[in-house]
Amino acid sequence: MSLTIALVAILAIAVAAGLFARNRAAGLRGGGARLNSLPNYHGLYVAIWAALPALAFLLIWAPVQAGFVDQAVLASPVGQQLPDFDLARDTILTEAREIAAGEREAGFNPESAELAPVYAAASSRYAAIGGAIAIVLALLGAFLSMRRIGVEFRARTGVERWVMVLLVGASLIAILTTLGIVLSLLFESLRFFNMVSPSEFLFGTTWSPQTAMRADQAGSSGAFGSIPLFWGTAFIGAIIAMVVAIPLGLMCAIFLTQYAPQRLRAWLKPILEILAGVPTVVYGYFAALTVAPLIRDFGITIGVSSASSESALAAGLVMGIMIIPFVSSMADDSIAAVPQAMRDGSLALGATKSETIKKVLLPAALPGVVGGVLLAVSRAIGETMIVVMAAGLAANLTINPFESVTTVTTQIVQLLTGDQEFDSAKTLAAFALGLALFIITLILNLIALRVVRKYREAYE
Amino acid sequence: MSDAATAAAMNRWTGDDMQKRVASRYAAERRFRFFGLAAVSISVAFLAFLLITMAWKGFGGFTQTEAKLTIDFARSDVFIEPAALRGPQAQQVVATAGLEGVLEQAAVAQFGEGAGELFGAASARALGEQLIANPDLLTQRAELWLPLSSKADVAAKGDGDPALETLVAKAETKRSFNGGFLTASDATDPSVVGVWGALKGSFLTILVTMALAFPIGVLAALYLEEFAPRNRWTDMIEVSINNLAAVPSIIFGLLGLAVFLNFMHLPRSAPLVGGLTLALMTMPVIVIAGRNAIKSVPPSIRDAALGVGASKMQVVFHHVLPLALPGILTGTIIGMARALGETAPLLMIGMRAFIASPPQGITEPASVLPVQIFLWSDEVDRGFVEKTSAAIIVLLVFMLLMNGLAIYLRNRFERRW
Repeated sequence: MSLTIALVAILAIAVAAGLFARNRAAGLRGGGARLNSLPNYHGLYVAIWAALPALAFLLIWAPVQAGFVDQAVLASPVGQQLPDFDLARDTILTEAREIAAGEREAGFNPESAELAPVYAAASSRYAAIGGAIAIVLALLGAFLSMRRIGVEFRARTGVERWVMVLLVGASLIAILTTLGIVLSLLFESLRFFNMVSPSEFLFGTTWSPQTAMRADQAGSSGAFGSIPLFWGTAFIGAIIAMVVAIPLGLMCAIFLTQYAPQRLRAWLKPILEILAGVPTVVYGYFAALTVAPLIRDFGITIGVSSASSESALAAGLVMGIMIIPFVSSMADDSIAAVPQAMRDGSLALGATKSETIKKVLLPAALPGVVGGVLLAVSRAIGETMIVVMAAGLAANLTINPFESVTTVTTQIVQLLTGDQEFDSAKTLAAFALGLALFIITLILNLIALRVVRKYREAYE
Repeated sequence: MSDAATAAAMNRWTGDDMQKRVASRYAAERRFRFFGLAAVSISVAFLAFLLITMAWKGFGGFTQTEAKLTIDFARSDVFIEPAALRGPQAQQVVATAGLEGVLEQAAVAQFGEGAGELFGAASARALGEQLIANPDLLTQRAELWLPLSSKADVAAKGDGDPALETLVAKAETKRSFNGGFLTASDATDPSVVGVWGALKGSFLTILVTMALAFPIGVLAALYLEEFAPRNRWTDMIEVSINNLAAVPSIIFGLLGLAVFLNFMHLPRSAPLVGGLTLALMTMPVIVIAGRNAIKSVPPSIRDAALGVGASKMQVVFHHVLPLALPGILTGTIIGMARALGETAPLLMIGMRAFIASPPQGITEPASVLPVQIFLWSDEVDRGFVEKTSAAIIVLLVFMLLMNGLAIYLRNRFERRW
């Protein structure tokens, strides 16, 4: 709590110091001098020096403080009575922290109630220390920077240097995010592969993580063969959805760019874009509620007795429709990039429009279309809500589209939404699946981008 | 005839063979054109089918069936001081008065055995409101219009339990607008659920997302487009941004779970964590849109500003950024609309708990609209079917508004140089 007060105090100091510095700089100007920088820059310079170092300190202090508080609590007389076993102790500490913060009334462990006041005292002590240091830093920054204000002082350069730091920092966040994804997935996956061998995960054909939680098996059993999941993912996302999306998307692009009159095109394009903007949870609900029963009934009428109400076909079909605008706009771009001369040449030889499209435009645009399709596949296999709601949970290795299959994303959701221990193989398996999904989509994206780029260069 | 003559006859434009070939080529042309039209029609028809189905089913969620019920308060065993209803604690008094019992008695008296099921939580809530509005009712025998329970509501639409249907048929009923759907939060009884809690959660989450992703995205775009030297670092930043834009959203959920919850111990299922996760997901979209908008500002503007003595930083912040802003905003709004409809990453960070009251701040447990839709779609109770569709309508309306705003901004402010 008192860190929040420190935060407010620092901001107040920064604003006050900034305003004061601006007035002082303006006063110098009133004395008839020509300032190097405008008074506003002087104010900003001082405000930045007052706020940024102190805020940076708070940012580092907050996690450090948590560690200090834990240590202080454990060192206290009450804390030393806690069990040595890490997991139990951590649970009690977490509960005590939540009680102290007022997030819950009482914990499951009675010890946590005794610990809570100790915890509250320790955390307010460390927060006071941290807050005081931060405020001193803010005052020091304001004071030191204020001394530099003068006619000759290049405040603008100083401010701009900080803005540059901000700009670079903002762009580094992208790298940090990528790094965060890779590291967190890798780290948890390694823990998973300590329990389950990678070869079983990659080549096993049975997936039933539910049995892994039996106490006498210590989390090392259960079947974690991911082949059925990857098959299901590929079956729905790369086969059924693409069978729907590629012809429809391609024909949409061809019709809109080559045949449709301008006014019709102006109407149809935004309508197609709405298809891409509908939230996936809506598609999922639609697939589960409307499309799946229709498909099951259809399956039964054509004599497929195993037709399930959660079928690969329903999920794949709806996903394919969702991908249409994506394929269509990629195809649109690559067709538009084919030089006009090639089109004119073909028409001048007497070819009809459709012959020109089929024999000249499409072959020339093929790399771009292929790249677009690869991106579409990567998007389809990473899609979650449609398959969670419509594809089912049974890990079947089947090529019957009326049966239910499960996918990587469905299983990730399934594994992580129960109340699981964070260290069980079941929970960690979700991260291993996530890592596999990340690598596959990464490879697809890189190939697609390379194909598209190479092709663009060929015509430019 | 010789071979040459045959070939000549085949190649003559007026010859039968040639005419036939030309005709078949034209037929192929028409077929191809028809396939294109069919593809577009199928896509549009599917969209129409989806929207109409949702609207059709969801319309019922905005209405409720009300029945006329006679309650003799004077003779019932409800004990409320009329004075207490005028006081500040009126809501609490009504909530603890056991109105469900009163309703059951009155219903059984009026419609016969088993009629207690006709009225439920929504009826009690409506009765409480009517009592607060008019405390004098407590001393009278009153005829009141009250909403039916969820089961009876389904039955009134001819889709439920036959026994209930006959009971409903006995009552005098009418359809009315269900205002509670927009003001209430999640509940276990479908007749009293509402989207307000989830809507507020969505709003807070999007606010956090916007506050983080917009400045960071714009600054990163400015750096990459205006300042970045061409070197390995810049290439790495560029590659990771392009790649992040295509990473499946569920991966961001895993990141949020591992980093924000398990490592930083931020509160579970709070808009803060949801917003952080979605911000990481949206930022690349904003950067890419921002770079395109900045790129389209003509260099002559920069040269002119530099020419009158502005520093590079002043050129960018005083001239380039304001001119590029409409384009950036369009991209941002589209990114925000995507974040608003996103479900999977939020499931990962625990936003699927049952939350019965709207969140008061960004660190309190909350639900968001798409997750609420997902949760309701899983419910067995048939009353939830139309509520789910109704919630979808609300979500789609918001998406439409945001996209409409983006299109308006694009048309109104975007300049072609």
